[in-house]
Amino acid sequence: MKPKNQRLVLVSAASVAALIAVLLAMWGVRSQASFFYTPADIAAGKATDGQGARLGGMVEPGSIKHDADGVTIRFVVTDGKATTPVVFRGIPPELFREGSGAVAEGRMQSGTFVADTILAKHDERYMPPELGNLAAEHKAGKTLAK
Amino acid sequence: MIAEAGLAALWLAAGLAAYQFVLMLLALKSAVDVARPMRAVAVAQGALTLIAFAMLLLVFATSDMSVKLVFENSNSAKPFIYKVAGAWGNHEGSMLMWVTILAVAGSFLAMFSRRTSERTLMSALGSQAVLALGFYAFLLIASNPFARLFPAPADGEGLNPLLQDPGLAFHPPTLYLGYVGLSVAFSLAVGALLTGEVDSRLARAMRPWVLAAWVLLTLGITAGSYWAYYELGWGGYWFWDPVENASLMPWLAATALLHSINVLAARGALKAWTMMLAVIAFSMSMVGTFLVRSGILTSVHAFAIDPERGTFLLVLLAIYVGAALTLFAVRGANLKEGAPFELVSRETGLVINNLLLSVILGIVFLGTLYPLFVEALSGEKLSVGAPYFNAVAGPLALVLAILVGIGPLLSWRRERRPVWGQLKLPALLAASALAVTIILAPGIAILPRLGLTVAAFLGAASVLPLVGRNPLRAPLATWGMVIAHLGIAIALAGMAANAAFSSERLAVAKPGDTLDVGPWTVRLADVTPTAGKNFTALEAELRATRGEDVITLSPQTHYYSDPQTETNESAIRTLWNGQLYTVLGRADASGGWQLRLWWKPFVTLIWAGGALIALGGAIALLGRVWRRRRKDATADWRKERYA
Repeated sequence: MKPKNQRLVLVSAASVAALIAVLLAMWGVRSQASFFYTPADIAAGKATDGQGARLGGMVEPGSIKHDADGVTIRFVVTDGKATTPVVFRGIPPELFREGSGAVAEGRMQSGTFVADTILAKHDERYMPPELGNLAAEHKAGKTLAK
Repeated sequence: MIAEAGLAALWLAAGLAAYQFVLMLLALKSAVDVARPMRAVAVAQGALTLIAFAMLLLVFATSDMSVKLVFENSNSAKPFIYKVAGAWGNHEGSMLMWVTILAVAGSFLAMFSRRTSERTLMSALGSQAVLALGFYAFLLIASNPFARLFPAPADGEGLNPLLQDPGLAFHPPTLYLGYVGLSVAFSLAVGALLTGEVDSRLARAMRPWVLAAWVLLTLGITAGSYWAYYELGWGGYWFWDPVENASLMPWLAATALLHSINVLAARGALKAWTMMLAVIAFSMSMVGTFLVRSGILTSVHAFAIDPERGTFLLVLLAIYVGAALTLFAVRGANLKEGAPFELVSRETGLVINNLLLSVILGIVFLGTLYPLFVEALSGEKLSVGAPYFNAVAGPLALVLAILVGIGPLLSWRRERRPVWGQLKLPALLAASALAVTIILAPGIAILPRLGLTVAAFLGAASVLPLVGRNPLRAPLATWGMVIAHLGIAIALAGMAANAAFSSERLAVAKPGDTLDVGPWTVRLADVTPTAGKNFTALEAELRATRGEDVITLSPQTHYYSDPQTETNESAIRTLWNGQLYTVLGRADASGGWQLRLWWKPFVTLIWAGGALIALGGAIALLGRVWRRRRKDATADWRKERYA
């Protein structure tokens, strides 16, 4: 192969690779990305059942209940406008408490959010970014565009 | 006074960096010989940042609460080692460490690099100074680590107890050394693009830096993965979390660079591509720093959020990456491509390796940043997690692992040795592994099954470059490659075994109850209170039995008062064929305790493989540096003799 042709082949190979990466990534995020919802979004019917999602809000005081098996908990997440019941099987993170912020990862199933993971504040200074913006956004009356 | 001395050293270093940049411009525009002052300035700059960093360590070691950073991140009751480690366990301190490594790398480049022409070296040092300048500005304007508080508070606010761990002392510094080590490759590439001297000499000058940075990144990622595994208590070793991806992206780029640089060094080919990768590798380091330090994405490792700093870093990132890519676009097209090669050759193998690594890098990059794009464009919030990365990058990684077994057997330029004959045994092993998993474990998922198959193939194929020759006479670089590739096979086997054969049990147990997990029967003997230096704790006593084996594990829950936090301290027992992993949860109302148990067969292979990969890199580095020394010595001797 002449050097000039060689470069042409290499450049086209690189372009094809870049294209493949973008296409694969786009296909992947379309099917696998999980959207962030507030209880108000859920009440408005934005979440599809069974589709991976995140739910964020405050854990309503007095709402944490334990099932008989001891490792399943049920609680209610609120954003001040609506509430969503959540069920979670596992050991919740250290700072998961009533009245404090939490983000649950999982999916909606017939009106209940089934969580695989719960993220709570790491320490006094850490707040999941989604929650940090939540209060301000709702104050401004801004709705998330869909 | 200590804090002020540190601040002054930082300002001086920034001044020197500016001077260094001016010297570079002089060198490029005229024939003035700036080599001596340039070297001196680069070394002085490195020394000044070391002084500043030492001052920071000192204020932390002495718990000087009048320094704001110490007050916010330390507490006089903390064990001494964590007081010192606390110096870089926060935003300002870690950025100071970043800049220190950057400047010290620059001074090492000035002191030891003899391979490139003076002109290229001067341009590279100038580029290094520009990089440093931006980060000095960031420190001095937006995150001064030496800011004082008046009046001085009595005691500090403590440090996140999650961070009071030996992992903290070594993990971030190792990663940072790797991140910032890539800055030298970036600067050498920029320097060579400025002078137009992109050749095999440059590749040989760049290679030890890339190797060293890559070894440290590999170690840092492996250690970080193990740290998250035992510290978070979730039983996972990789979460595809933005902060983890931030370290994976430079590693992927550096791995590609490491391979393409060999083509440039040996054959003078892939010039433009290698320069591009050198630019991208350090850009990924900066992207990683930006992601971690701005806290812009939700992460299990995120500790602070500050949009202002995020913007500052983003602007720096845009300037540097933009400038480097512009330079590349202007100069890269003029580079002459080197020696040609045929379709089946080692060059082609390395090109395919590079393309696959780049595609994986692109997938990780897009997946990590996609939530940011979407939020910026539509305001919608979403996250991209493990399902995406596993489904999209996983199969590609497996294909790459197969090629890792084949590529090293190919010859440079054109095919000379019959490769397929050599691969019969590995292929046979892979087929048997596949058959065995189908017969003995029909229920496992497709990706772990293929993982075990490919691991068997690669494990055998990776050692072939040493077969059929006297292994003791093989160059160290070959040994390094074989060990690193074998490490990939071992890590892959560990990941696949963990995914396929792990068993998990989550239940509530009262003292005296037993639970089964995998081949183990675990009895909860008792839960007792205990205390540590700065925490109180509950400790469970677990007796696990499997046939003749009896082991005792003591997972704990720690309660800290400053700041008020609890942590689950998992108890892990490593056996030759796996790990028993136990976590103590909370008490329920009836006197039972939540217990989470895992039996993870061969999971330790993941980190053993990672360590082998790093070891292979270290051996190759040793080989490159040592051979160069020997060659240089002979050359000097000849020069003297025939002068």
